[in-house]
Amino acid sequence: MTETVAVLGTFQTPFRTRHLDHTFAEQAQLAAVGAMNDAGMTPDDVDAIIFSLAPSHFMGVADADRWSLDYVFGAGKPVMRVHTGGATGGSAVQAGYNLIRSGLYRSVMIVGAERIAETPDAQKVLNLIFDQFYERDMPLSTNTTVALWATAYLHRHGFTQEDMARVVVRARRNALKNPNAHLKGDVTIEEVMASPMISYPLKLFDICPRSSGSAAMILGNMDMAKSFSTRPAFINGAASRTTTYWLGDRMTPSTDSEYFDCKIMEQVGQFALRNARITDPLNQIQVTEFYDPYSIMTPIQLEQLGFCAPGTAYRLEREGYWNVEGGAVAVNPSGGTLCTNPIAVTGLVRAIDAANQIMRKAGTMQVPGVKNAVSSSVGGIAQFYNCTVFGDEPRGH
Amino acid sequence: MNKPNNDQNRVIAEEVTLRYDYALGEVAGRFMDGLKEGKILATRCSKSALTYLPPRAFCERTFEKCDSWVEAGLEGVIETSTIVVRGFEGKRKPPVAIAYVRLDGTDSAIANYVDGLDLTDQNAAMKRIAPGKRVRVQFAEEREGRITDFSFVCVYPA
Repeated sequence: MTETVAVLGTFQTPFRTRHLDHTFAEQAQLAAVGAMNDAGMTPDDVDAIIFSLAPSHFMGVADADRWSLDYVFGAGKPVMRVHTGGATGGSAVQAGYNLIRSGLYRSVMIVGAERIAETPDAQKVLNLIFDQFYERDMPLSTNTTVALWATAYLHRHGFTQEDMARVVVRARRNALKNPNAHLKGDVTIEEVMASPMISYPLKLFDICPRSSGSAAMILGNMDMAKSFSTRPAFINGAASRTTTYWLGDRMTPSTDSEYFDCKIMEQVGQFALRNARITDPLNQIQVTEFYDPYSIMTPIQLEQLGFCAPGTAYRLEREGYWNVEGGAVAVNPSGGTLCTNPIAVTGLVRAIDAANQIMRKAGTMQVPGVKNAVSSSVGGIAQFYNCTVFGDEPRGH
Repeated sequence: MNKPNNDQNRVIAEEVTLRYDYALGEVAGRFMDGLKEGKILATRCSKSALTYLPPRAFCERTFEKCDSWVEAGLEGVIETSTIVVRGFEGKRKPPVAIAYVRLDGTDSAIANYVDGLDLTDQNAAMKRIAPGKRVRVQFAEEREGRITDFSFVCVYPA
Protein backbone atom coordinates (compact mmCIF):
# COMPACT_ATOMS: atom_id res chain seq x y z
CA MET A 1 0.00 0.00 0.00
CA THR A 2 1.60 3.23 -1.12
CA GLU A 3 0.29 6.79 -1.03
CA THR A 4 -0.06 9.06 -4.05
CA VAL A 5 2.20 12.10 -3.65
CA ALA A 6 1.17 15.59 -4.79
CA VAL A 7 2.88 18.97 -4.94
CA LEU A 8 0.72 21.41 -2.99
CA GLY A 9 2.77 24.60 -2.85
CA THR A 10 6.01 26.07 -4.15
CA PHE A 11 8.08 29.22 -3.74
CA GLN A 12 11.39 30.60 -4.91
CA THR A 13 13.07 33.95 -4.41
CA PRO A 14 14.77 35.89 -7.18
CA PHE A 15 18.33 34.63 -7.60
CA ARG A 16 21.37 36.89 -7.82
CA THR A 17 25.00 36.92 -6.73
CA ARG A 18 24.27 38.24 -3.25
CA HIS A 19 21.32 39.02 -1.01
CA LEU A 20 22.61 41.60 1.48
CA ASP A 21 19.17 42.26 2.93
CA HIS A 22 18.84 38.90 4.74
CA THR A 23 20.99 36.37 6.59
CA PHE A 24 21.15 32.79 5.33
CA ALA A 25 18.57 31.59 7.85
CA GLU A 26 16.21 34.47 7.05
CA GLN A 27 16.65 33.62 3.37
CA ALA A 28 15.49 30.06 4.05
CA GLN A 29 12.57 31.43 6.07
CA LEU A 30 11.34 33.53 3.13
CA ALA A 31 10.97 30.33 1.12
CA ALA A 32 9.23 28.41 3.92
CA VAL A 33 6.70 31.21 4.42
CA GLY A 34 6.24 31.58 0.67
CA ALA A 35 5.48 27.90 0.07
CA MET A 36 3.06 27.71 3.01
CA ASN A 37 1.24 30.80 1.74
CA ASP A 38 1.11 29.30 -1.74
CA ALA A 39 -0.44 26.08 -0.39
CA GLY A 40 -2.72 27.92 2.06
CA MET A 41 -1.07 26.06 4.95
CA THR A 42 0.19 26.97 8.39
CA PRO A 43 3.18 25.31 10.13
CA ASP A 44 0.78 22.91 11.91
CA ASP A 45 -0.22 21.48 8.52
CA VAL A 46 3.38 20.41 7.82
CA ASP A 47 4.36 17.10 9.46
CA ALA A 48 8.09 17.00 8.66
CA ILE A 49 10.81 19.05 7.02
CA ILE A 50 13.68 18.14 4.70
CA PHE A 51 16.43 20.74 4.68
CA SER A 52 18.20 20.96 1.33
CA LEU A 53 21.81 21.93 2.06
CA ALA A 54 24.93 21.19 -0.01
CA PRO A 55 28.52 22.00 1.15
CA SER A 56 28.15 24.64 3.86
CA HIS A 57 31.68 26.00 3.18
CA PHE A 58 30.16 28.39 0.64
CA MET A 59 28.17 30.31 3.20
CA GLY A 60 30.63 29.60 5.98
CA VAL A 61 28.46 28.31 8.83
CA ALA A 62 29.01 24.58 9.27
CA ASP A 63 25.80 22.56 9.15
CA ALA A 64 23.61 25.64 8.83
CA ASP A 65 20.48 23.47 8.95
CA ARG A 66 20.82 23.87 12.75
CA TRP A 67 20.84 27.65 12.45
CA SER A 68 17.83 27.58 10.13
CA LEU A 69 15.72 25.02 11.98
CA ASP A 70 13.33 27.29 13.82
CA TYR A 71 13.36 29.87 11.01
CA VAL A 72 11.68 27.25 8.79
CA PHE A 73 9.23 26.34 11.58
CA GLY A 74 10.97 23.01 12.19
CA ALA A 75 11.29 23.05 15.97
CA GLY A 76 9.24 20.18 17.40
CA LYS A 77 9.00 18.40 14.05
CA PRO A 78 11.11 15.68 12.46
CA VAL A 79 13.78 17.52 10.43
CA MET A 80 16.62 16.08 8.40
CA ARG A 81 19.24 17.47 6.09
CA VAL A 82 19.88 16.00 2.65
CA HIS A 83 23.21 16.54 0.90
CA THR A 84 24.29 14.98 -2.41
CA GLY A 85 26.33 17.88 -3.80
CA GLY A 86 24.69 19.49 -6.82
CA ALA A 87 22.01 16.79 -6.75
CA THR A 88 20.93 17.89 -3.25
CA GLY A 89 17.67 19.61 -4.19
CA GLY A 90 16.46 16.68 -6.29
CA SER A 91 17.45 14.20 -3.60
CA ALA A 92 15.62 16.31 -1.00
CA VAL A 93 12.42 16.23 -3.07
CA GLN A 94 12.73 12.46 -3.42
CA ALA A 95 13.34 12.05 0.33
CA GLY A 96 10.12 13.97 0.97
CA TYR A 97 8.31 11.93 -1.67
CA ASN A 98 9.43 8.67 -0.05
CA LEU A 99 8.26 9.79 3.41
CA ILE A 100 4.76 10.52 2.14
CA ARG A 101 4.57 7.58 -0.25
CA SER A 102 5.40 5.23 2.61
CA GLY A 103 2.50 6.66 4.63
CA LEU A 104 4.74 7.98 7.39
CA TYR A 105 3.61 11.61 7.07
CA ARG A 106 0.68 13.48 5.51
CA SER A 107 2.84 16.36 4.34
CA VAL A 108 6.51 17.33 4.09
CA MET A 109 8.13 20.66 3.31
CA ILE A 110 11.41 20.63 1.39
CA VAL A 111 13.22 23.91 1.98
CA GLY A 112 16.70 25.35 1.66
CA ALA A 113 18.84 28.36 0.82
CA GLU A 114 22.18 29.03 -0.84
CA ARG A 115 24.69 31.86 -0.56
CA ILE A 116 27.61 30.81 -2.74
CA ALA A 117 29.10 34.27 -3.04
CA GLU A 118 29.41 34.73 0.73
CA THR A 119 33.01 33.62 0.02
CA PRO A 120 35.22 34.70 -2.89
CA ASP A 121 36.92 31.28 -2.62
CA ALA A 122 34.20 29.11 -4.18
CA GLN A 123 36.61 27.36 -6.56
CA LYS A 124 38.82 26.47 -3.58
CA VAL A 125 35.80 25.01 -1.81
CA LEU A 126 35.01 22.96 -4.91
CA ASN A 127 38.62 21.72 -5.08
CA LEU A 128 38.11 20.29 -1.56
CA ILE A 129 35.75 17.65 -2.95
CA PHE A 130 38.76 15.90 -4.57
CA ASP A 131 40.90 13.48 -2.56
CA GLN A 132 44.11 14.81 -1.10
CA PHE A 133 46.34 11.99 -2.32
CA TYR A 134 45.82 11.53 -6.04
CA GLU A 135 43.80 14.48 -7.32
CA ARG A 136 43.83 17.64 -5.25
CA ASP A 137 47.29 18.74 -6.39
CA MET A 138 45.75 19.28 -9.83
CA PRO A 139 43.46 22.25 -10.50
CA LEU A 140 40.38 20.02 -10.38
CA SER A 141 37.05 21.70 -9.74
CA THR A 142 33.56 21.38 -11.16
CA ASN A 143 34.60 23.66 -14.04
CA THR A 144 37.71 21.70 -14.97
CA THR A 145 36.23 18.22 -14.56
CA VAL A 146 33.26 19.18 -16.73
CA ALA A 147 35.78 20.56 -19.25
CA LEU A 148 37.38 17.09 -19.25
CA TRP A 149 33.92 15.64 -19.83
CA ALA A 150 33.21 18.08 -22.68
CA THR A 151 36.53 17.38 -24.44
CA ALA A 152 35.73 13.68 -24.67
CA TYR A 153 32.04 14.16 -25.56
CA LEU A 154 32.77 16.62 -28.39
CA HIS A 155 35.61 14.39 -29.65
CA ARG A 156 33.49 11.24 -29.56
CA HIS A 157 30.44 12.68 -31.32
CA GLY A 158 32.12 15.20 -33.61
CA PHE A 159 30.62 18.42 -32.23
CA THR A 160 32.17 21.86 -31.74
CA GLN A 161 32.22 24.75 -29.29
CA GLU A 162 29.63 26.48 -31.50
CA ASP A 163 27.24 23.60 -30.78
CA MET A 164 27.74 24.21 -27.07
CA ALA A 165 27.18 27.95 -27.59
CA ARG A 166 23.79 27.36 -29.18
CA VAL A 167 22.54 25.85 -25.90
CA VAL A 168 23.61 28.99 -24.01
CA VAL A 169 21.82 31.25 -26.51
CA ARG A 170 18.56 29.32 -26.04
CA ALA A 171 18.89 29.15 -22.24
CA ARG A 172 19.47 32.88 -21.77
CA ARG A 173 16.65 33.70 -24.19
CA ASN A 174 14.28 31.44 -22.22
CA ALA A 175 15.38 33.09 -18.96
CA LEU A 176 14.10 36.46 -20.22
CA LYS A 177 10.64 35.17 -19.24
CA ASN A 178 11.78 33.98 -15.80
CA PRO A 179 11.53 36.77 -13.22
CA ASN A 180 13.76 34.79 -10.81
CA ALA A 181 16.59 33.95 -13.23
CA HIS A 182 20.07 35.24 -12.42
CA LEU A 183 21.45 35.57 -15.99
CA LYS A 184 19.24 36.32 -18.98
CA GLY A 185 19.33 38.10 -22.30
CA ASP A 186 19.65 37.88 -26.03
CA VAL A 187 23.20 36.71 -26.60
CA THR A 188 24.63 35.49 -29.89
CA ILE A 189 26.77 32.46 -30.69
CA GLU A 190 29.57 34.92 -31.48
CA GLU A 191 29.30 36.51 -28.04
CA VAL A 192 29.42 33.10 -26.33
CA MET A 193 32.46 32.17 -28.45
CA ALA A 194 34.14 35.47 -27.53
CA SER A 195 33.68 35.01 -23.78
CA PRO A 196 36.93 34.22 -21.91
CA MET A 197 38.24 30.65 -22.00
CA ILE A 198 38.10 29.09 -18.53
CA SER A 199 39.08 25.46 -19.12
CA TYR A 200 39.20 24.17 -22.68
CA PRO A 201 36.59 23.88 -24.28
CA LEU A 202 34.47 25.68 -21.64
CA LYS A 203 34.22 29.43 -21.84
CA LEU A 204 32.68 31.78 -19.30
CA PHE A 205 29.24 31.73 -20.95
CA ASP A 206 29.19 27.90 -21.04
CA ILE A 207 29.27 27.98 -17.24
CA CYS A 208 26.49 28.77 -14.73
CA PRO A 209 26.71 31.78 -12.40
CA ARG A 210 27.17 31.57 -8.63
CA SER A 211 23.69 32.34 -7.37
CA SER A 212 22.10 33.07 -4.00
CA GLY A 213 18.48 32.69 -2.98
CA SER A 214 16.07 30.15 -1.53
CA ALA A 215 13.25 27.81 -2.45
CA ALA A 216 10.65 25.50 -0.91
CA MET A 217 8.12 22.90 -2.03
CA ILE A 218 5.36 21.28 0.02
CA LEU A 219 4.33 17.72 -0.78
CA GLY A 220 1.26 15.96 0.56
CA ASN A 221 -0.79 12.80 0.27
CA MET A 222 -4.13 12.62 -1.54
CA ASP A 223 -6.14 13.74 1.50
CA MET A 224 -3.96 16.83 1.86
CA ALA A 225 -4.21 17.47 -1.89
CA LYS A 226 -8.02 17.47 -1.62
CA SER A 227 -7.89 19.94 1.27
CA PHE A 228 -5.24 22.32 -0.01
CA SER A 229 -4.95 22.30 -3.78
CA THR A 230 -7.34 22.68 -6.69
CA ARG A 231 -4.77 21.68 -9.30
CA PRO A 232 -1.86 19.76 -7.76
CA ALA A 233 1.02 18.24 -9.69
CA PHE A 234 1.52 14.54 -8.97
CA ILE A 235 4.90 12.86 -8.62
CA ASN A 236 4.47 9.82 -10.84
CA GLY A 237 8.06 8.73 -11.16
CA ALA A 238 11.22 9.20 -9.13
CA ALA A 239 14.61 7.53 -9.32
CA SER A 240 18.17 8.17 -8.31
CA ARG A 241 21.47 6.36 -8.84
CA THR A 242 25.06 6.86 -7.82
CA THR A 243 28.36 5.72 -9.23
CA THR A 244 32.00 5.45 -8.21
CA TYR A 245 33.93 8.41 -6.87
CA TRP A 246 36.82 7.58 -9.19
CA LEU A 247 36.44 9.56 -12.41
CA GLY A 248 39.26 7.56 -14.01
CA ASP A 249 37.30 4.32 -13.42
CA ARG A 250 34.41 5.75 -15.44
CA MET A 251 36.51 6.43 -18.56
CA THR A 252 37.76 3.00 -19.57
CA PRO A 253 36.31 -0.03 -21.38
CA SER A 254 35.83 -1.99 -18.14
CA THR A 255 33.71 0.74 -16.51
CA ASP A 256 30.41 0.07 -14.76
CA SER A 257 29.01 3.49 -15.59
CA GLU A 258 30.53 5.55 -18.37
CA TYR A 259 31.31 9.22 -17.60
CA PHE A 260 31.37 10.89 -21.04
CA ASP A 261 27.92 9.70 -22.18
CA CYS A 262 26.83 9.61 -18.54
CA LYS A 263 25.24 6.20 -18.33
CA ILE A 264 23.77 6.66 -14.84
CA MET A 265 21.36 9.12 -16.45
CA GLU A 266 20.08 6.34 -18.69
CA GLN A 267 19.59 3.99 -15.72
CA VAL A 268 17.72 6.68 -13.76
CA GLY A 269 15.64 7.81 -16.72
CA GLN A 270 14.48 4.31 -17.60
CA PHE A 271 13.33 3.67 -14.04
CA ALA A 272 11.64 7.03 -13.41
CA LEU A 273 9.92 7.17 -16.79
CA ARG A 274 8.70 3.59 -16.54
CA ASN A 275 7.23 4.42 -13.12
CA ALA A 276 5.30 7.27 -14.70
CA ARG A 277 4.14 5.12 -17.67
CA ILE A 278 6.18 7.20 -20.10
CA THR A 279 7.20 5.06 -23.06
CA ASP A 280 7.84 7.82 -25.60
CA PRO A 281 9.40 10.84 -23.83
CA LEU A 282 9.43 13.09 -26.89
CA ASN A 283 5.68 12.72 -27.40
CA GLN A 284 4.50 12.33 -23.80
CA ILE A 285 6.61 14.95 -22.01
CA GLN A 286 6.01 18.60 -22.85
CA VAL A 287 8.53 20.30 -20.52
CA THR A 288 11.95 19.40 -19.13
CA GLU A 289 13.76 21.20 -16.36
CA PHE A 290 17.19 19.59 -16.48
CA TYR A 291 20.02 20.37 -14.12
CA ASP A 292 22.43 21.78 -16.70
CA PRO A 293 25.05 24.09 -15.15
CA TYR A 294 27.21 23.61 -18.27
CA SER A 295 26.22 23.73 -21.94
CA ILE A 296 27.45 20.14 -22.36
CA MET A 297 24.93 18.72 -19.87
CA THR A 298 21.68 19.55 -21.68
CA PRO A 299 22.26 17.38 -24.78
CA ILE A 300 23.54 14.44 -22.75
CA GLN A 301 20.38 14.34 -20.64
CA LEU A 302 18.11 14.59 -23.68
CA GLU A 303 19.98 11.64 -25.15
CA GLN A 304 20.23 9.46 -22.06
CA LEU A 305 16.62 10.06 -21.03
CA GLY A 306 15.46 8.91 -24.46
CA PHE A 307 14.33 12.15 -26.13
CA CYS A 308 16.77 11.41 -28.97
CA ALA A 309 19.58 9.00 -29.85
CA PRO A 310 23.06 9.39 -28.30
CA GLY A 311 25.15 11.93 -30.16
CA THR A 312 22.22 13.69 -31.87
CA ALA A 313 20.91 16.33 -29.43
CA TYR A 314 23.31 19.09 -30.55
CA ARG A 315 22.37 18.45 -34.19
CA LEU A 316 18.66 18.70 -33.27
CA GLU A 317 19.42 21.89 -31.31
CA ARG A 318 20.56 23.48 -34.61
CA GLU A 319 17.11 22.66 -36.01
CA GLY A 320 15.24 24.19 -33.07
CA TYR A 321 13.93 20.90 -31.63
CA TRP A 322 14.40 22.04 -28.03
CA ASN A 323 12.87 25.51 -28.36
CA VAL A 324 9.94 26.54 -26.16
CA GLU A 325 8.09 27.87 -29.18
CA GLY A 326 7.96 25.60 -32.19
CA GLY A 327 10.13 22.88 -30.67
CA ALA A 328 9.33 19.22 -30.08
CA VAL A 329 9.69 19.62 -26.31
CA ALA A 330 10.21 22.80 -24.26
CA VAL A 331 13.69 22.27 -22.78
CA ASN A 332 14.24 24.37 -19.67
CA PRO A 333 11.74 27.20 -20.23
CA SER A 334 13.15 28.76 -17.04
CA GLY A 335 16.59 29.13 -18.60
CA GLY A 336 17.73 26.25 -16.43
CA THR A 337 20.85 25.92 -14.37
CA LEU A 338 23.01 27.63 -17.02
CA CYS A 339 21.27 30.86 -15.99
CA THR A 340 20.78 30.27 -12.25
CA ASN A 341 22.75 27.98 -9.93
CA PRO A 342 22.14 28.26 -6.19
CA ILE A 343 23.81 24.86 -5.66
CA ALA A 344 22.02 23.70 -2.48
CA VAL A 345 18.57 24.38 -3.89
CA THR A 346 19.12 24.15 -7.66
CA GLY A 347 17.63 20.66 -7.92
CA LEU A 348 14.68 21.88 -5.85
CA VAL A 349 14.19 24.86 -8.18
CA ARG A 350 14.26 22.49 -11.17
CA ALA A 351 11.50 20.42 -9.52
CA ILE A 352 9.50 23.56 -8.67
CA ASP A 353 9.76 24.90 -12.22
CA ALA A 354 8.61 21.53 -13.62
CA ALA A 355 5.74 21.17 -11.11
CA ASN A 356 4.58 24.77 -11.66
CA GLN A 357 4.16 23.99 -15.37
CA ILE A 358 1.74 21.19 -14.43
CA MET A 359 -0.06 23.39 -11.88
CA ARG A 360 -0.39 26.22 -14.46
CA LYS A 361 1.57 28.48 -12.13
CA ALA A 362 4.61 29.10 -14.31
CA GLY A 363 3.47 32.66 -15.14
CA THR A 364 5.18 34.11 -18.19
CA MET A 365 7.11 30.83 -18.61
CA GLN A 366 3.92 28.76 -18.87
CA VAL A 367 3.90 26.26 -21.72
CA PRO A 368 0.36 25.40 -22.88
CA GLY A 369 -1.11 21.92 -22.40
CA VAL A 370 1.52 20.41 -20.10
CA LYS A 371 0.52 16.90 -18.96
CA ASN A 372 3.96 15.56 -17.99
CA ALA A 373 7.13 17.39 -17.00
CA VAL A 374 10.48 16.05 -15.88
CA SER A 375 13.14 17.55 -13.60
CA SER A 376 16.63 16.30 -12.77
CA SER A 377 19.69 17.04 -10.73
CA VAL A 378 23.35 16.08 -10.97
CA GLY A 379 25.93 16.12 -8.19
CA GLY A 380 29.48 15.26 -7.26
CA ILE A 381 30.89 15.33 -10.83
CA ALA A 382 27.96 13.25 -12.09
CA GLN A 383 28.41 10.79 -9.25
CA PHE A 384 24.82 11.41 -8.17
CA TYR A 385 21.90 11.67 -10.57
CA ASN A 386 18.19 11.84 -9.96
CA CYS A 387 15.11 12.43 -12.03
CA THR A 388 11.51 13.19 -11.03
CA VAL A 389 8.45 12.97 -13.30
CA PHE A 390 5.45 15.21 -12.58
CA GLY A 391 2.00 14.70 -14.08
CA ASP A 392 -1.40 16.41 -14.13
CA GLU A 393 -3.01 13.28 -12.75
CA PRO A 394 -1.72 10.23 -10.84
CA ARG A 395 -0.25 7.77 -13.34
CA GLY A 396 1.43 4.48 -12.73
CA HIS A 397 0.56 4.37 -9.04
CA MET B 1 12.56 46.18 6.55
CA ASN B 2 11.81 45.01 3.01
CA LYS B 3 14.00 47.72 1.46
CA PRO B 4 17.07 46.11 -0.14
CA ASN B 5 20.32 47.32 1.32
CA ASN B 6 23.21 47.10 -1.08
CA ASP B 7 25.82 48.65 1.19
CA GLN B 8 28.84 46.35 0.80
CA ASN B 9 30.10 47.45 4.21
CA ARG B 10 27.27 45.73 6.03
CA VAL B 11 29.09 42.44 6.37
CA ILE B 12 31.10 40.78 9.13
CA ALA B 13 34.41 39.62 7.62
CA GLU B 14 36.26 36.51 8.72
CA GLU B 15 39.19 34.48 7.45
CA VAL B 16 39.17 30.79 8.37
CA THR B 17 42.44 28.82 8.44
CA LEU B 18 42.26 25.10 9.02
CA ARG B 19 45.20 22.67 9.09
CA TYR B 20 45.04 18.99 8.26
CA ASP B 21 47.40 16.00 8.34
CA TYR B 22 45.79 13.40 6.09
CA ALA B 23 46.76 9.82 7.00
CA LEU B 24 47.93 8.03 3.85
CA GLY B 25 47.18 4.51 5.02
CA GLU B 26 48.88 1.39 3.71
CA VAL B 27 47.70 1.44 0.09
CA ALA B 28 48.31 5.10 -0.75
CA GLY B 29 51.49 4.94 1.36
CA ARG B 30 52.92 2.14 -0.76
CA PHE B 31 51.94 4.01 -3.95
CA MET B 32 53.79 7.12 -2.75
CA ASP B 33 56.85 5.04 -1.78
CA GLY B 34 56.76 3.62 -5.31
CA LEU B 35 56.89 7.11 -6.78
CA LYS B 36 60.10 7.78 -4.87
CA GLU B 37 61.57 4.67 -6.53
CA GLY B 38 60.40 5.77 -9.98
CA LYS B 39 57.54 3.26 -10.17
CA ILE B 40 53.77 3.70 -10.65
CA LEU B 41 52.21 0.96 -8.52
CA ALA B 42 48.71 -0.36 -9.11
CA THR B 43 46.70 -3.07 -7.32
CA ARG B 44 45.16 -6.05 -9.04
CA CYS B 45 42.25 -8.32 -8.19
CA SER B 46 42.81 -11.82 -9.56
CA LYS B 47 39.09 -12.64 -9.43
CA SER B 48 37.94 -9.76 -11.66
CA ALA B 49 41.33 -9.48 -13.45
CA LEU B 50 41.05 -5.69 -13.05
CA THR B 51 44.09 -3.54 -12.27
CA TYR B 52 43.28 -0.35 -10.38
CA LEU B 53 45.17 2.92 -10.61
CA PRO B 54 44.95 4.79 -8.25
CA PRO B 55 45.41 1.55 -6.27
CA ARG B 56 42.51 0.23 -4.21
CA ALA B 57 42.50 -2.12 -1.22
CA PHE B 58 39.34 -3.88 -2.41
CA CYS B 59 38.00 -4.60 -5.88
CA GLU B 60 34.80 -2.61 -6.14
CA ARG B 61 33.30 -5.09 -8.61
CA THR B 62 33.89 -8.37 -6.81
CA PHE B 63 34.24 -7.11 -3.21
CA GLU B 64 37.37 -9.26 -2.96
CA LYS B 65 40.64 -7.95 -1.66
CA CYS B 66 43.03 -6.74 -4.35
CA ASP B 67 45.62 -9.48 -3.93
CA SER B 68 48.69 -8.21 -5.77
CA TRP B 69 50.70 -5.11 -6.59
CA VAL B 70 51.81 -4.59 -10.18
CA GLU B 71 53.94 -1.94 -11.87
CA ALA B 72 51.90 0.07 -14.38
CA GLY B 73 53.42 0.72 -17.78
CA LEU B 74 55.18 4.06 -18.10
CA GLU B 75 53.27 4.86 -21.28
CA GLY B 76 49.54 5.09 -21.82
CA VAL B 77 46.63 6.59 -23.67
CA ILE B 78 44.79 9.84 -22.96
CA GLU B 79 41.13 9.26 -22.14
CA THR B 80 40.42 13.01 -21.88
CA SER B 81 42.22 16.30 -21.32
CA THR B 82 41.80 20.03 -20.81
CA ILE B 83 43.88 23.16 -20.65
CA VAL B 84 43.00 25.07 -17.49
CA VAL B 85 43.24 28.74 -18.41
CA ARG B 86 41.80 30.28 -15.24
CA GLY B 87 43.35 28.40 -12.35
CA PHE B 88 43.21 29.03 -8.66
CA GLU B 89 45.59 29.74 -5.81
CA GLY B 90 47.89 27.08 -4.46
CA LYS B 91 48.17 25.14 -7.72
CA ARG B 92 50.53 25.52 -10.67
CA LYS B 93 50.20 28.87 -12.41
CA PRO B 94 47.78 28.68 -15.38
CA PRO B 95 47.60 27.89 -18.21
CA VAL B 96 48.28 24.22 -17.47
CA ALA B 97 47.31 21.05 -19.33
CA ILE B 98 45.88 18.10 -17.39
CA ALA B 99 44.81 14.69 -18.62
CA TYR B 100 43.33 11.43 -17.43
CA VAL B 101 45.58 8.68 -18.77
CA ARG B 102 45.11 4.92 -18.78
CA LEU B 103 48.63 3.58 -18.34
CA ASP B 104 49.43 0.34 -20.16
CA GLY B 105 48.43 -2.70 -18.14
CA THR B 106 45.84 -0.89 -16.03
CA ASP B 107 42.04 -0.68 -16.26
CA SER B 108 41.42 2.84 -14.97
CA ALA B 109 42.73 6.30 -15.74
CA ILE B 110 44.75 8.55 -13.44
CA ALA B 111 45.03 12.35 -13.60
CA ASN B 112 48.15 14.47 -13.84
CA TYR B 113 49.67 17.50 -15.54
CA VAL B 114 50.88 17.21 -19.13
CA ASP B 115 54.28 18.93 -19.52
CA GLY B 116 56.34 19.95 -22.52
CA LEU B 117 53.43 21.46 -24.47
CA ASP B 118 53.52 24.87 -26.11
CA LEU B 119 50.38 26.43 -24.64
CA THR B 120 50.55 29.70 -26.58
CA ASP B 121 48.33 28.09 -29.24
CA GLN B 122 45.74 26.25 -27.17
CA ASN B 123 43.86 24.78 -30.11
CA ALA B 124 47.05 23.20 -31.41
CA ALA B 125 47.99 22.00 -27.92
CA MET B 126 44.55 20.41 -27.42
CA LYS B 127 45.04 18.45 -30.68
CA ARG B 128 48.31 17.03 -29.31
CA ILE B 129 46.54 15.81 -26.16
CA ALA B 130 43.22 14.76 -27.70
CA PRO B 131 41.59 11.53 -26.48
CA GLY B 132 43.47 8.57 -27.91
CA LYS B 133 46.92 10.22 -28.02
CA ARG B 134 49.78 8.45 -26.28
CA VAL B 135 51.82 9.95 -23.47
CA ARG B 136 54.62 8.70 -21.24
CA VAL B 137 55.37 9.21 -17.58
CA GLN B 138 58.14 11.66 -16.73
CA PHE B 139 59.43 11.55 -13.15
CA ALA B 140 60.70 14.63 -11.33
CA GLU B 141 64.39 14.51 -10.38
CA GLU B 142 63.65 15.34 -6.75
CA ARG B 143 60.80 13.16 -5.48
CA GLU B 144 58.93 13.49 -2.19
CA GLY B 145 56.32 10.73 -2.37
CA ARG B 146 53.53 12.89 -3.76
CA ILE B 147 51.39 12.68 -6.92
CA THR B 148 53.31 15.65 -8.35
CA ASP B 149 56.46 13.45 -8.45
CA PHE B 150 55.46 12.65 -12.01
CA SER B 151 53.69 14.19 -14.98
CA PHE B 152 52.91 13.15 -18.54
CA VAL B 153 54.64 14.17 -21.76
CA CYS B 154 53.56 13.44 -25.32
CA VAL B 155 55.18 10.36 -26.88
CA TYR B 156 55.15 11.75 -30.41
CA PRO B 157 56.58 15.15 -31.35
CA ALA B 158 54.26 17.92 -32.58
